[in-house]
Amino acid sequence: MADKPTLTFAFMDPPYETGRTATFFRMLDISARRGYHIKVFAYEGAVALPFSLQKAHANSVHGRDAAEENHPLPKDWVASLMAEAEKNGGSLNWVNCGLCVDERGVNAAIDGVSRGSPSDFWKLAAASENSLVIPTR
Amino acid sequence: MKALQIVESAYRGTIEEQDDTIIWLSHAMKGAGADLTVALRGNAVNYAVKGQSAAGLAFGEWQQTQAPDIEHDLTSLMGKGVKIYVMEADLASRGISRDKVVDGVDLLSFDDFVDLIEESDRIWHW
Repeated sequence: MADKPTLTFAFMDPPYETGRTATFFRMLDISARRGYHIKVFAYEGAVALPFSLQKAHANSVHGRDAAEENHPLPKDWVASLMAEAEKNGGSLNWVNCGLCVDERGVNAAIDGVSRGSPSDFWKLAAASENSLVIPTR
Repeated sequence: MKALQIVESAYRGTIEEQDDTIIWLSHAMKGAGADLTVALRGNAVNYAVKGQSAAGLAFGEWQQTQAPDIEHDLTSLMGKGVKIYVMEADLASRGISRDKVVDGVDLLSFDDFVDLIEESDRIWHW
């Protein structure tokens, strides 16, 4: 476990509104495939990423029903990356900023997501080989 | 571990959050023992201007009673031992003179900025 690096990410963007979200998840994906130990501190709108009540929908403009559309849900990305990291000997520890969750009412999160505070971000970053913050612009 | 918080995106949710979220984050982490320095650059240099007020926000009958007070948030953060710098060139390009800057906030040249980065273990650019 100690031979693979630990990386901490802080991320602020909510689902869907910016291209940064997919880019952030691509970095997590590479890290998970390499079996890294990944720590995520989700801040502000990013706490909605693992919100468990997200629902896929049909899209009449595309002419597809819900099953065909297979609309991307960030909560599924988080779950998939947790599994991918574990499969490769790594881990994905996702911490949601608790106050950010409360003010948005997105308390329901998928399994494996924990509630924390900025002090957790500091501790995670201090225990990591490196860290990256990706803020909303 | 020493971390440099570079704040560039300004007034991002400050009305809704009643503060700048990264200055708030710095307060919270400092409370947890973090060793932080803050550098304001880009449009965020305006945070260092004295006497700003965002009071008076109202939508219909709803009124915001606790407006953001960035000056106080900076002053109290410095009171906790966090050094705050503001990029001198970014102030100048916005026509903000030194006498308008909150007391205790120091001006930072690009050369000093590089030194600050070299001294820090983590660089967090918000």
